[in-house]
Amino acid sequence: MLNFFYRNRGQILTLTWEHLWLVGVAMLIAILVGVPLGILVSRRAWLRKPVLGSTNVLQTIPSLALFGFLLPAPWLGERADRLAIVALVFYALLPIVRNTYTGILGIDPAVRESAIGMGMTDRDLLLRIELPLSAPFIVAGIRIATVTAVGVATIAAAIGAGGLGELIFRGVAMVNDQLILAGAIPAALLALFADLALGFAEKRLRTPQ
Amino acid sequence: MVLLGRSGAGKTTALKLINRLLIPTAGSVAVAGRSTTEWDPIALRRSIGYVIQDSGLFPHYNVEQNIAVVPSLEHWPRQRTVSRVAELMELVGLDRRGLGSRYPHQLSGGQRQRVGVARALAADPEILLMDEPFGALDPITRSELQDEFLRLQQRLRKTVVMVTHDLREGLLLGSRLALFEAGRLAGVFSKDEFARSNDKTVQQYISPFRHQAAL
Repeated sequence: MLNFFYRNRGQILTLTWEHLWLVGVAMLIAILVGVPLGILVSRRAWLRKPVLGSTNVLQTIPSLALFGFLLPAPWLGERADRLAIVALVFYALLPIVRNTYTGILGIDPAVRESAIGMGMTDRDLLLRIELPLSAPFIVAGIRIATVTAVGVATIAAAIGAGGLGELIFRGVAMVNDQLILAGAIPAALLALFADLALGFAEKRLRTPQ
Repeated sequence: MVLLGRSGAGKTTALKLINRLLIPTAGSVAVAGRSTTEWDPIALRRSIGYVIQDSGLFPHYNVEQNIAVVPSLEHWPRQRTVSRVAELMELVGLDRRGLGSRYPHQLSGGQRQRVGVARALAADPEILLMDEPFGALDPITRSELQDEFLRLQQRLRKTVVMVTHDLREGLLLGSRLALFEAGRLAGVFSKDEFARSNDKTVQQYISPFRHQAAL
C-alpha cells in the first residue's frame, strides 16, 4: 500500500492540493458571508427563522443532488470547480451562522448590560465584547463546517471538479482497493488535521469563566 | 438617594430610566436639566457610572483593563489612564501590584465588586447608579463594602442613586429614601421621616425588619 502511495505520489499530491483549494476557497467565502450574517441575525430577532430555515434546508439536500441541481445554472455550470465551491459554501453556512449568533446571544447578560450601561456604541460592543467572547463558538462552527466540507468535496469529483474524490470514484469503478484508499486516506487525514488544528485554536480562544 | 422596595416594585426600572437603558412610555426623565430622550444616549451613559449586582466585569479583560474601559472608549492618553487606574484601585482598596493583572474569575466576590465600583468611577462621573451592588455578597463582605462605600461617598460627594431591598443598607447609606410599591412611588423621605412615618406602605415595609432586629 505504501508502495502504491509512493509510486503515485505526484498524482496524489496534485489531487490533494486541488481538494485543499476547493475547501479553502469555499471556507473563506463561507466565513466572510456567514459570520456577518450571524452577527446580523443576533441583532434582529425576526431574521432568525428565515435565515436558519434556509441554511437548514440547504444542508438537508444530499450533496450529489445539490451538485445536480446547480449544474444547469448559467454561470455556475460552466466550470465544475466554481460549482463545487458554491455548493460547499452552502453546506458550510449553517454551522457558521448558527454558531456565530448563538455565541453572541450566549454572552452573560450582565456583561452586555454593563457594556451598554457604560456607554459603548454598537460597534464597540461588537468589537470589544461580543466577538472576542464568542470567538471560540465561532471557531467551533468553522471547524464543523470545514470537516464537513472536506467530506463533501470528495463528491465534487463526480461532476469533474477534481480533488481526492477522483481517486475514490475511479477506484470504485475499477474495483481497485488501492485507488480507493489512495483517495480516502488523505481526505480523512485532511479532515482530522482540520479538526485538530481548529480545535486547538478554539481552546486557546476560550475565556476562563 | 436610595430606591427601596420589594422585588418587582419597579426600583430597577426607575434606575434604568436615568441612564436611558429604558425609555419612558409616558412623561420624561431629566438629567442635568435635559430630558433623557434629548441627550445623546452614548454621551449620557458615559457621564454616568453604572454598577450592577453581578458586577458584570468583562471576563476577557484583567482588572486594570476593566477599570480602564470608559477612558479607553474616550481615547484618553495612555499615561493618564494608567495613573487614573492606580488611583482608583487605591481608592477602592485593591492592591495594585497583586491584583492589577488578575482576571475576574481569579477574584473573590468582594474584590469583583470593588473593581465594578472603580470601573464606574473611572471617568469621574457626577452621577453614580448602583443596582443592588452588594446583594450577591456574603453578609460579612457586604457589611465591609457598605462601610467602605460610605466613607468613599463622604470623600467623593457624588450623586448616587442606589437600588436595594435591604432596609438596613438603605438607612446606612442613604440620605433620602424613595419607597416603591407595585410600580408606583409611595413617597420620598429623609431617614428620620421614614422611621417615624405613619404611611401604611412604609409600615408594611418596616415590620419584617423590626422582627429581624428583635432577634
